[in-house]
Amino acid sequence: MSEPRLIEISPVTRVEGHGKVTIHLNRDNQVDEARLHVVEFRGFERFIRGRLYWEVPVIVQRLCGICPVSHHLAGAKAMDQIVGVDVLPPTAEKMRRLMHYGQVMQSHVLHFFHLAAPDLLFGFEAPAERRNIFEVLREQPELGRRAVLMRQFGQEIIEATAGKKIHGTGAIPGGINRNLPIAVRDRFLSRIAEMETWALEALAIARNYTLDHAELVADFGSFPSSHMSLVRDDGALDLYHGSLRAIDSSGGVIFDHLDYNGYHKVLVEDVRSWSYMKFPFIRALGAERGWYRVGPLSRMNTASFIDTPLADAAHRELRAVTGGAPNNSTLTSHWARMIEVVHCVEKIRELLHDPDLQGSDLVARGERRFEGIGVIEAPRGNLIHHYKVDENDQITYCNLIVSTTHNNEGMNRAVKDVAVKHLSGRDKITEGMLNQVEVAIRAYDPCLSCATHALGQMPLQVELLDAEGQLVDRATRGA
Amino acid sequence: MTDAAFTLTIDGTVVAAKPGQTIMEAADAAGIYIPRLCDHQGLRHQGGCRVCTVKAAGRSVAACTQPAAPGLAVENETPHLHALRRDLVEMLFHEGNHLCPICEASGNCELQAMAYRLGMIEPSKFPYLEPTRPVDASHPDIALDTNRCISCGRCIRASEDVDGKGVFGYVGRGIHRRVAVDGADLAHTDAALSDHAVSADVCPVGCIIRKREGFRVPIGERDFDHHLIGETIAEKRR
Repeated sequence: MSEPRLIEISPVTRVEGHGKVTIHLNRDNQVDEARLHVVEFRGFERFIRGRLYWEVPVIVQRLCGICPVSHHLAGAKAMDQIVGVDVLPPTAEKMRRLMHYGQVMQSHVLHFFHLAAPDLLFGFEAPAERRNIFEVLREQPELGRRAVLMRQFGQEIIEATAGKKIHGTGAIPGGINRNLPIAVRDRFLSRIAEMETWALEALAIARNYTLDHAELVADFGSFPSSHMSLVRDDGALDLYHGSLRAIDSSGGVIFDHLDYNGYHKVLVEDVRSWSYMKFPFIRALGAERGWYRVGPLSRMNTASFIDTPLADAAHRELRAVTGGAPNNSTLTSHWARMIEVVHCVEKIRELLHDPDLQGSDLVARGERRFEGIGVIEAPRGNLIHHYKVDENDQITYCNLIVSTTHNNEGMNRAVKDVAVKHLSGRDKITEGMLNQVEVAIRAYDPCLSCATHALGQMPLQVELLDAEGQLVDRATRGA
Repeated sequence: MTDAAFTLTIDGTVVAAKPGQTIMEAADAAGIYIPRLCDHQGLRHQGGCRVCTVKAAGRSVAACTQPAAPGLAVENETPHLHALRRDLVEMLFHEGNHLCPICEASGNCELQAMAYRLGMIEPSKFPYLEPTRPVDASHPDIALDTNRCISCGRCIRASEDVDGKGVFGYVGRGIHRRVAVDGADLAHTDAALSDHAVSADVCPVGCIIRKREGFRVPIGERDFDHHLIGETIAEKRR
């Protein structure tokens, strides 16, 4: 018997944003509770009110420095509806898609090589001073160099379509403000074959890691859950547009071909007292059973196929691991992520050969509406932007459901699963053991700063403890 | 006083001038740029922002209103004046809410461009006042975001002198002085999109907004994406 202990991992590292993990160990050294807390607060949903609607794509992308394009495009898609446009001119849609594929590519590469690779290459319990990108560059310089250059390629695609590598202005309500000059296109085409080779090599690293560590992967943060994403009408993976599909842990359809304008009919957002991040769930399944996961692995589970050949072959191989059933193992996310990098490179190549990118019809206009919803598959998963705009063109309402928010319950389950398996019953907790908890979080590639917007309805619980830790008083507000 | 042309010097360069010209007009004609914010081509001079402060015969004067005079020795590009101008511009940033990253005037904004020209890397000298100012979006085609107003008065002069309307005017005194509209809100004025006062280049910042035009010009094609403010005047010398 020992005294109950509270272990805090703060901050959680190699993720975007600020969060901490608390692990409660009881007198028998068993994990009672383990939670991921998001400790920062952004408040975009509130302070965007009153701003003018064409500012939305530019303002909301400031949520994030890693995948601002996702917010830029989700905001722009919602504003397309505000200006009454359901179908963009081909040049506009294809420029936006190019921007998005460049962004997903660079974000996934960033995550895999810069954030996750140190754990995968050196081991979860390797000394902390080794678990960083600089060690990757020192030990595997060629691999590290490619990671940097692949990110550069993706960032330059963003710059060519949005005007800047980070926080550009390309997408505007109803379209885009530029096309792709031939000279710029040719510059990308001259490097695309190399990108494809490197993407396939990155895919092989992630695939081999997953298959070579089958036992670890099957056990580590692995638990059944539902999965949700956009898919194209024919069920293909589509990162830019489609309808919502949700499946349960055995592959059964919860909803399919659901127009995302009705997202609020199928999803509910719950709030809890100990985190600034909301907990969404599928209405039909209820708060207890309705949680789900999103992101690359979920997309591999929901998509019927991928419409580019190299990624499609890899997708079929990944699905075969679980005999076609949904793959619920957290660590397989890395493999899924690299399949999407290959898909993005294939899509970028396809688009670069499309003459529509040099078109001059950039913006469409329709009849003004007062509500707009934009949904996109961001690198980290499904992303929902919902706005209402008054007759003066000012925003009156904003709701954002960000990938990391969708994954909130999943990440907390993964944290608890790993904590129980690796910390329970241990007298001595090492830093390496705690990193295992972070590895589970990192697999979701969370963006904590994107995900914290609840305001006004946050429940709050204050507990007053005496010197012995006994509860003296408790005050609760809200849920 | 005769109508004969005369000369003065600006930073040692001999410049020709005519009677009735201001120091700034003589400098402009000679291809010498004196920084300015409240002065604007075609509008009467105001001498309000003081960014054009020069030393003339040892005195600090506003170049946009001070008459040129024969033999006058004017200092323009000196470290002392440069520092003073930067402080003035920095104070404008601190008085309002100037969020360049999300402002549709970014890249076309004279305040932003002036800050770059004067080497203001970050506003750091003074505390932010963070005023609470409303956005008036009541007009169907025009919006007014006074968070970004620098009280240059260009819209006031354009509306009065060019449009003959008086849509805009000053209210308040001292630090509380700000630009307001002659009516309950913009919708209750006779402002129109065709007014000179609301044309794209009269407002130097992102305060007067022509609705639904924001961000249509891509990065790389905006006024100050490739050159510093004032370069078009300086080019005349080359």
